[in-house]
Amino acid sequence: MTEFIVSLFLVTGSFFIFIAALGITRLPDLFTRMHASAKASSLGIGLLAIAAGITFSHHWVLLQSVLIILFIFLTAPISAHMIARAGYLLKVPLWKATVRDELKNRYDLKNKILRCPEEK
Amino acid sequence: MSAISSGPMGWAMYLSYLFLIMSFILTFIRFVKGPSIADRIVAFDLMVIIMMGIIILFSIRVSKIVFLDAVIIMALISFLGTVAYARYLEKGASK
Repeated sequence: MTEFIVSLFLVTGSFFIFIAALGITRLPDLFTRMHASAKASSLGIGLLAIAAGITFSHHWVLLQSVLIILFIFLTAPISAHMIARAGYLLKVPLWKATVRDELKNRYDLKNKILRCPEEK
Repeated sequence: MSAISSGPMGWAMYLSYLFLIMSFILTFIRFVKGPSIADRIVAFDLMVIIMMGIIILFSIRVSKIVFLDAVIIMALISFLGTVAYARYLEKGASK
């Protein structure tokens, strides 16, 4: 019974990581690529860590898998935000079918300050 | 977990290795041809995560828990590298 559960977690987790890789290869833009990779890869590595914790079923391994999930879920949004900010400030070109750019003319590029929409 | 190379566990293991290696190849393609340098940073971040998944699979396959320490270390190091590179890009953009 445990083998079936672990097999399910393993296949689902690696499939989510494969979806992230497919998105990073196929999508047209830096920001859409990041949207694919940051979410799906953290979900996939979380499922793989849960599979490892179930397989060994030892308290030390359970602590380790909880630590892996905690680090990934803490650090993935921060690093994604930093890369997106750097990419926007470097003027990485958006996809040509982009509908709306809400940050347009709102970054003070000299001082790197984001202004509110009310104050002009 | 004695006969890990047969049964449902063995098939799941082969399938997971297949998925992870294919996604590593796809991410490496993006890493080589990414138009901007931020694309390369995103691809490298995903490559480190795929390597962490491969290490977890290997640790389950050989039934040793010492390799999970390496996964924790890789999570921390990849975060530090990504943040440092993004800061460097952002500071360099002003000049």
